[in-house]
Amino acid sequence: MNEALTFAFERVVPGLNVGLWASVGIIVPAALLGVVIGILAGTIRVYGGVWLRRVTNWYVALFRGTPLVVQLYFWYFALPYVHIGGVSLVLTPMQAAVIGFALCSGAYQSEYIRGGLLSIKRGQLLAAQALGITPVNSILFIVLPQAFRRALPGCGNEIIYLIKYSSLASIITVNELTGVGRGIAKATFQNTEVYVIVGLYYLVLVTLAGWVLRFAEHRLAIPGFEVKNS
Amino acid sequence: MHNDTVVLRVENVVKHLGGQRILDGVSLTVKKGRLKVLIGPSGAGKSTLLQCINFLLPPDEGTVYIEDRKINGKSRKDLLWLRQRVGMIFQDFNLFDHLTAMENVRVALIKVKKMDKRAATNRAMEELARVGLADKSGLYPAQLSGGQKQRVSVARALAMDPEVMLLDEPTSALDPELIGEVLAVIRDLADAGMTMIMATHQIGFSSSLADEFLFMEKGRIIERGSPAELLARGSCSRTMAFCAKLSELTGELGG
Amino acid sequence: MTALSAARHGRHMDGMLSALTASWDALPYILGGVWWTLGLIIGAMAVGLVLGVPLAVGQVYGARPVRRLASLYVWLFRGVPILVQLYLFYFGILAYLSSFEALAFLHLDSAFTAAVVVLGLTSAAYQSQIFRGAIQSLPEGQLKAARALGMTDRTAIMNIILPQALRLSIPGWSNEYSILLKDSALAFVIGVLEVMSRTRSVAATTHQPLPLSILAGLIFFVLTWAGLKALKTLEAKVRMEGYSHQGSL
Repeated sequence: MNEALTFAFERVVPGLNVGLWASVGIIVPAALLGVVIGILAGTIRVYGGVWLRRVTNWYVALFRGTPLVVQLYFWYFALPYVHIGGVSLVLTPMQAAVIGFALCSGAYQSEYIRGGLLSIKRGQLLAAQALGITPVNSILFIVLPQAFRRALPGCGNEIIYLIKYSSLASIITVNELTGVGRGIAKATFQNTEVYVIVGLYYLVLVTLAGWVLRFAEHRLAIPGFEVKNS
Repeated sequence: MHNDTVVLRVENVVKHLGGQRILDGVSLTVKKGRLKVLIGPSGAGKSTLLQCINFLLPPDEGTVYIEDRKINGKSRKDLLWLRQRVGMIFQDFNLFDHLTAMENVRVALIKVKKMDKRAATNRAMEELARVGLADKSGLYPAQLSGGQKQRVSVARALAMDPEVMLLDEPTSALDPELIGEVLAVIRDLADAGMTMIMATHQIGFSSSLADEFLFMEKGRIIERGSPAELLARGSCSRTMAFCAKLSELTGELGG
Repeated sequence: MTALSAARHGRHMDGMLSALTASWDALPYILGGVWWTLGLIIGAMAVGLVLGVPLAVGQVYGARPVRRLASLYVWLFRGVPILVQLYLFYFGILAYLSSFEALAFLHLDSAFTAAVVVLGLTSAAYQSQIFRGAIQSLPEGQLKAARALGMTDRTAIMNIILPQALRLSIPGWSNEYSILLKDSALAFVIGVLEVMSRTRSVAATTHQPLPLSILAGLIFFVLTWAGLKALKTLEAKVRMEGYSHQGSL
């Protein structure tokens, strides 16, 4: 047991910590971008004009209907082959990862945002109108505070998924947690031990994120609000 | 209190909804301090008429005048002016679920009338006290009973100092034992001289307060007259017939 | 990098043509992977179902240690990424176990089995939450009535609770299907010859990752759509007149 622990802390953990930073460097921008894209797409899908809605729905269907790994593969390996006017875009693994995760996550986030927006009772907008509140103010102060609370559990869970799926970045050669782990496992031939530790890293990350989400939900809770009003 | 200034005038309003002609040329005039009551079967257009008056549903044809000013439905300015003078009470209350009672009353004061927070809060508490809910100011709509919610919505509308109040079946969504508290508030308003148009099934209550009954059916006002005229024994009014039907169901006039 | 530069220099004019030819030629081979993909999904969903129902029942009706264990399982399998599980299981645990002669009969070196096990165990964790939600959404009165009629808890759960809960879970299954479909693509890392794996190998030899990845995406898209349609028909077939999700009384 002692031997295992020494192995863990001296040969594995330091390397993994480097990978951890890379993972965080993917997760944070991707999560933020994903939420922004989700808010944009979700709002368009609820309030936008017919064609805008249609195009956005296609985007969401595409990015939810294909595996993330295929998308990442596309952004890193296939994109350089796209020539528009003689120019092509070659992304670094890191860039491909963040863009890929952000676009995919954004599609899922838009679902939750859309759900949140749709769950607002129409009567409240009527009342706001009757009181003379401008449409913009109605959205800012009546719709969004409620929609945000309703969408929070879904959006938070999506970010937790992102933490887990960030492991896919290793497939397009990013040296994040899983990628580094793989390297160490190959070098030390201690597959089981190394991957168990990698797994533990993710467990901790995911659990922490879950606590933060629970805390946020708790702080923002309004009595009777979770009850879905018909 | 009662003078002859015309506060609200509606001329020949026509409205189609879902292919149906819901309002078929409705006209009415309301003078200051009067209470007009809209009665009639469901689908007659009472709600639609009220929502056309404050342009929540813009009329297809016809004109609305508030204090002799013709309202242009396409002008943002006109609509803003209109809605600060016309208050509306909904059947489903439509309180803002994420705000406390006090915040519900105060939000339009801050956002529309641009009052500063402290003045708005004071005014909000005044109005809540007026409807008897000062002690519930910190509660959220989900924590209030139906009657309390409706009273908060009255406070919210009153805080805007409207010239006219439109009440769209204010007690229809309430359990019977909660109706009384809302009717009491409405009576106080009437006694204080508020100009009101109310759509309701509460015939008994209205007949003692209303200046005029307007019986609507299929998008038109079929009968007008004071409650006394229309409900007099021996009058063959449609209103009488309708009320008789209602009282059959509820056991007394308006239940 | 050389592969990329060669490709770029080479085929501008006949680029489109060779891209399409390569994709067309590769199509049968890649489509062959669909069988493996479907096999992975069906296997994983089955494992997930068989494990998920007891997990859910344990979490709702079990004694405290049982509930704790079930929650631990769920936490574990929802917390570790599938990719890491695949590596851990196939390169770690299985490699270790298969070094024992006695266990050779289990075909522990089969990547397919490993993938089904991993995907299935994870799916069980998620499916158990779907069932748990469905069970808990049933009105209390159901179990009370069953008990009042003298049924043991076991009978009541098997005959009253579960049939209803399973019906209510079908929408959740649709979601689980589409997730499993996408996760199945990860099996390529341990060598399962499903769609993604085949796409990659063809793309590597023909240097046409662009049309091929689009093709792969299309295949998955169609599989998603077809599968969801099938599940919708299942839901319609199993629906009972007037049975609403809310549950009355």
